[in-house]
Amino acid sequence: MNRTLDKRLADDLVRPLFHTSVWFYAIVVAAGTVVACGAGAWGYQLWYGIGLSGKRWPTFWALYLTNFVFWIGISHAGTLISAILRLVNAGWRRPVTRCAEVITVFALMIGAMFPIIHLGRPWLAFWLFPYPSSREIWPNFRSPLAWDFFAINTYLTGSVLFLFLPMIPDFALVRDRSTGWRRTLYGTLAFGWRGTTKQWNRLETAMQIMAVAILPVAVSVHTIVSFDFSMANVPMWHSTIFGPYFVAGAIFSGIAGLILAMAALRKALHLERYLLPLHFDNLGKLLLLMCILWGYFVFNERLTTWYGNEPSEMAVFWATQRGDYAPLYWTMVIGNFVMPLLILANPKTRTILGTVIASFGVVIGMWLERFLIVVPSLTHKQLPYSWGTYWPTPVELFIMAATFAGMILLYTLFAKFVPIISIWEMRAGLPSRMDQAVLAEERLQSTRLDSEPLGSTAGPEGASR
Amino acid sequence: MRAIYGLYNDPHVAQQAVDNLRAAGVADAEITVISSEPFDHFEFGHRDAKTAMPWIAAAAGAAGLVLTYYLLGASQRSWPLVTSGMPIAPNWTNLIIIFEMTMLSAIIATVITLLVTAGIPSRGGRMYDPEVSDGYILVGVENPADASKLEPALAIDGGRVKKT
Repeated sequence: MNRTLDKRLADDLVRPLFHTSVWFYAIVVAAGTVVACGAGAWGYQLWYGIGLSGKRWPTFWALYLTNFVFWIGISHAGTLISAILRLVNAGWRRPVTRCAEVITVFALMIGAMFPIIHLGRPWLAFWLFPYPSSREIWPNFRSPLAWDFFAINTYLTGSVLFLFLPMIPDFALVRDRSTGWRRTLYGTLAFGWRGTTKQWNRLETAMQIMAVAILPVAVSVHTIVSFDFSMANVPMWHSTIFGPYFVAGAIFSGIAGLILAMAALRKALHLERYLLPLHFDNLGKLLLLMCILWGYFVFNERLTTWYGNEPSEMAVFWATQRGDYAPLYWTMVIGNFVMPLLILANPKTRTILGTVIASFGVVIGMWLERFLIVVPSLTHKQLPYSWGTYWPTPVELFIMAATFAGMILLYTLFAKFVPIISIWEMRAGLPSRMDQAVLAEERLQSTRLDSEPLGSTAGPEGASR
Repeated sequence: MRAIYGLYNDPHVAQQAVDNLRAAGVADAEITVISSEPFDHFEFGHRDAKTAMPWIAAAAGAAGLVLTYYLLGASQRSWPLVTSGMPIAPNWTNLIIIFEMTMLSAIIATVITLLVTAGIPSRGGRMYDPEVSDGYILVGVENPADASKLEPALAIDGGRVKKT
């Protein structure tokens, strides 16, 4: 076994936990300041009332709901991609999965905050919870908002567990390498993990089951978010395509978010040896696939609306194609389709820088897409007397900026206290392990052939029993 | 003596140590192998692989399905309010919540089964060596009846034998 490679791997990935650069403090202070401003803006809104936001008749869903949909979409980067790659046993997933799973957890937490901010009276949020109140009235389980509660909480619970379980062996590794308060902290988080064969087998089985269970949950979450819109009889919302369209968009923005996070980690934590151009190339190909899929869905949605020529739908259609919202719409098309297609379809430009530029375009484009789904339809409802306009207020913009800063802050703190790349999974994927695995498999095969009659189906574990 | 074990940096040698312990008359259940990563391709990595975890998860999912179906229907009928002309307990919409709770039950059951069967959280005190974190594989026996008999079985090429 290559001990030098083993040690270097652990040293490289544990180093950020023990050594703090000045950049860490700079990012924490800068992002923390923006988060504090956002918290102040929310407090201001709570004190003076929801009228401080730009929400008013007829646009009662505005920037907060745009951000809700956007962040839930970003959350699809992690657990979904990680689960798929785990199930197909893609070797290149090893350095990527944890970076991705963390995005899911934090993005869900941030996204789930927006409906509460949107309420105006967040202390009454518990009315949405499934409990019989003093009047013995349960929440309306036929409402998509109640479905959101169940879907988001299921996905959040599953994602937290999916992230935490594979971290336990790494906490044990950090525990063994640390002293003082760190040893106490990581010892507690390691749950007394030793790494017996039984523990490894149970952990791997649990991760496989959870990967299978979490995949349909991830798809259901964004489908249910799309139901918030498609169940309403509002122009360009009441559409059967919304479920898959939202899921595709969520995975699209999620991959873009993951690429940006990986590029930042690679630079900040000097992970050039682990987050390789190959990873960005593979994710770039996935992003390209989702870009084409997104274009396909948009074409379907727009063509059907245009062909149907329903007056109320056409009002929204033209408002986005060549009306007030056209600059946002065409920026979205460039960011989500033109730019990624041009950059990612060419292997020469599908570099780390290329995928990062394309991902920036996609993140901006997908945010605009969410805005263009929410606002133009509400400002152009069926009867022209109910048309209106919407402009976000500084309070809304501060809160929105705070959530982006909050994501950066949470991610930075996580990378400071937890190995951002799974050390044990990386070890298991080292080339030397692959050679050993091939030799061991050959040995097992020859043992089986020598000791068992032809046609026997007993596995290698049979020998030990 | 609480334990005797060998530390190996090569899984082939660790496998040899396990085989030697068996040859020395130690039962499989008494042999402990500890590593910082899973070794799926080695025979010792398959010990204790059999588990009912998938069945427990499936059973918990089924229980979650039935329980949610009952609770939703019962709560909707306890205060029957007609909404948008829909039935009081419509299966179309209830199916969404039933699905989520089915999956949540399966996920939680999986995690509980993992914790219980893997013996975590534990307070420690059992055979362990921090060098495992550096990539060494520990093969040993806790509370051995005759350690002197086991030492030659563990003292093989590249291995370091320790007693605690």
